[in-house]
Amino acid sequence: MIRLEGVGKTFSDGTEAIKDLSLEIKEGEFCVLLGPSGCGKTTTMKTINRLIPLTTGKIYIDGVDTSRLDQNDLRRGIGYAIQNIGLFPHQTVEENICTVPRLLKWPKPKQHARAQELLHLVGMDPDTFLRRYPSELSGGQQQRVGVARCLGADPPILLLDEPFGAIDPITRSRLQDEFLKIQAKIKKTIAFVTHDINEAIKMGNRIALMRDGELVQFADPATLLGSPKDGFVRDFVGGDRVLKGLRLLKAKDVMQEPPLTVKVGESPMQVKAHMEKERMRWAMLTEAEGQFLGWITCDDLQVSRCIRDTITPPTVTASPDTPLNEALSMMFDSAIGTLAILDDGERLVGVLSFEIIHDVLGRQTREFQPEPCGEEL
Amino acid sequence: MWVQAWNYVLKYPDKIGGWVLQHLYIVLVANAAAAVFGVLIGIYISGKGRERIAETVIYFASIMMTVPSLALYGVLMGILSSLHLPSIGFLPVVIALTLYGLLPIIRNTYTAIREVDPAMIEAGRGMGMSEMQILTKVKLPLGVPVIMAGLRQAVVMNIGIAAIGAYIGAGGLGQPIFRGIANWRPDLIVVGAMCVSLLAIVADLLMGGLEWVTTPKGVRIRRKG
Repeated sequence: MIRLEGVGKTFSDGTEAIKDLSLEIKEGEFCVLLGPSGCGKTTTMKTINRLIPLTTGKIYIDGVDTSRLDQNDLRRGIGYAIQNIGLFPHQTVEENICTVPRLLKWPKPKQHARAQELLHLVGMDPDTFLRRYPSELSGGQQQRVGVARCLGADPPILLLDEPFGAIDPITRSRLQDEFLKIQAKIKKTIAFVTHDINEAIKMGNRIALMRDGELVQFADPATLLGSPKDGFVRDFVGGDRVLKGLRLLKAKDVMQEPPLTVKVGESPMQVKAHMEKERMRWAMLTEAEGQFLGWITCDDLQVSRCIRDTITPPTVTASPDTPLNEALSMMFDSAIGTLAILDDGERLVGVLSFEIIHDVLGRQTREFQPEPCGEEL
Repeated sequence: MWVQAWNYVLKYPDKIGGWVLQHLYIVLVANAAAAVFGVLIGIYISGKGRERIAETVIYFASIMMTVPSLALYGVLMGILSSLHLPSIGFLPVVIALTLYGLLPIIRNTYTAIREVDPAMIEAGRGMGMSEMQILTKVKLPLGVPVIMAGLRQAVVMNIGIAAIGAYIGAGGLGQPIFRGIANWRPDLIVVGAMCVSLLAIVADLLMGGLEWVTTPKGVRIRRKG
């Protein structure tokens, strides 16, 4: 647990980077420090491992005042990754990962085992990569090694300064997903600096939004999006904050039962009868075990043909863990405007439709805003 | 003249070998000293908050380079004799060459350390390296190619300047040159001059090899790419 109490930092040139900031990051919490450039978020993060000394205030880690610790001991106990990755070009991947274990004088075999374990964790093959040099890696691989390095000595706390900043959006998104999976396993206490609201919403348990060295709002993503404290927060999270809120929900949270499914064995006649009875213009065809095959529309259904020939195969499908913002976007690609949700075994488990999303948005907006706020609704 | 010079080489290889060894010895001792002092001074002045000192040191080292070697020998002879040390021969020449060798070494060490990517240094510091560890584990290994280039420059330059050392009795390849001038023996001048040039070229190649060998592998790969 990290507790900042009345932390202030004034640089020698008189700029007040942080003003009387108090904040508590709970054990195992993923806390995002968010804000525009120059808001003091990076400075705040660097005061935690004393890369930047405090002017006023105290920082406690697990109740211990950090200013009483030796600064190198303190830093060796905190994982640290920076924006430009900062891998040492003259050291192999293994040597880079073992930077802190080496400083802590771990025995060699233990270091080697740790490097292998960590490379594996970040999804790289130890046999291929341990002996490579950073210059022989792609940008994404370097970022992964950067993450592995900050986990080197298994520190309980991680400080991450835009660790996915310098890579292309596709790789970034994949690394974010992977990092979330890793975090679910290792449950570190994390302070994560970013200026990207989308990244903050995706990654953080709680978001500390800063401006001009002050903490403006410290809340979980849903609250930040739903009840922005003031105009600055509202502007910062963006006019599409209700849509951004969609990413906080997954398909499985709101999906509904498929309105009408038919098994592959049924005859076209029977299917047609079903549709008429349910007043549906389409149905969803599945195998006997539930694997989704495609859509059947009323118009395609001809009595003479086998039912398999009449289906429109699904162009897009989602999984129960697909975030709603992606699901919504997929729905525009779906022939029916309804999205089939399939589990790992391709079995149909639910559907999402525009009405469902509409209801969710309406509900969220109402929940988020106890007091009506005219100009937005 | 060329034929005579070649005949001289064939006739007195041992003599020439002796001069070459003497010459090399002077240059190596001087450059070893210059390397030690130069790198240490370079490290010192690259420290935080020493920009003014660095400017001054590099300024004086540059001035040192502009002093003609004969004048420097003269000054050193005066100083050494007042200290009751040998004022001619090996010692003043080695001291002069050391002083000449300092500038490229100090300047390159300073630049090498100053130009290490700040992200590396911050990463090292953030992971709990002491300043000493940052210097020895990060700054110096990354600076090796630049530091070695300075050393290479110093060695090649001093091979030339060392020839003048023969004038104050230090021996080396300056000897045939000065003797040739005094007795109008062009063949001797050519022998001396060619040997100095060859030595400089060979030394340059060797130092280039040394630079390559001492550069950390990861840095080498990066430069190629």
